[in-house]
Amino acid sequence: MTFADWISAPVNWVFLAIGLIVLLSGFRVVTSKNVVHAALFLVGALAGTAGLFLMLSAEFVAWVLVLVYIGAVIVLFLFGIMITRAPTGLDEGLDSDNKALPALLSLGLFVLLAWSSVAAFGGEEVASLGEPTSTETIATSLIGRFVIPFEVVSFVLLAALIGGITIARRDLTPLEEEERASV
Amino acid sequence: MLVNQFLILAAALFSLGVYGLLVRRNIVLILLSVELMLNAVNINLVAFESMIRSADATGQIFTIFIITVAAAEVGIGLAIVLMIFRNRRSADVSDLNLMRW
Repeated sequence: MTFADWISAPVNWVFLAIGLIVLLSGFRVVTSKNVVHAALFLVGALAGTAGLFLMLSAEFVAWVLVLVYIGAVIVLFLFGIMITRAPTGLDEGLDSDNKALPALLSLGLFVLLAWSSVAAFGGEEVASLGEPTSTETIATSLIGRFVIPFEVVSFVLLAALIGGITIARRDLTPLEEEERASV
Repeated sequence: MLVNQFLILAAALFSLGVYGLLVRRNIVLILLSVELMLNAVNINLVAFESMIRSADATGQIFTIFIITVAAAEVGIGLAIVLMIFRNRRSADVSDLNLMRW
């Protein structure tokens, strides 16, 4: 398949547009000098990813991504930023001074990953905008074949809930404990 | 659509996450970079699922598991960040040198 063939399919224009959004937002997430902007650019990257999931006929996962990530995780991140950094303006101390080595390393990683995926899956086609995977299919295999991992993951969530409360709770000073006990 | 275009996009996103993980010094921003990397893996899984089309949608189930574990990770991670900030008044990883040799 030549590049002219590839670019002539309209679905690939959509892919290019979404991919550009994802990459630009991802780049701004790791380079932005403003912490709040970095978190908001992550919303762009995640929304683009949800769009890619819709293109790949994974509707349920796309909306789970929107609900859980954009709805909950980003809000948590914004809370964390607000609590740990009162002035939310520009900040020079966010990045380490040595940027050349990490850039070189991640570039090398990208070349390695991209080269190996091209070598392994040269001309494999994805089912283009086919029938979306129904929620019924996902529900059946989640409660059927994958029921043990499903239970384990729900246990992990419960443990994270309890652990989060325990870690983030402020311990009372001895004086305060006495006051509580006397009331 | 080729499966490669999704794999290369995910590789680029993953590399961006690695770069952020190494360069950033604020703990919250490091967690943001980890989210980018998890997201790249999600793209890979859904793309492979769309290529193979298994009967029980294994790739998408795994993506849901990753999203769940990532949510738990963010909750615990931010709780730890909160506690560190309360004790050290700083969210900068280079200030956390107590256990560094």
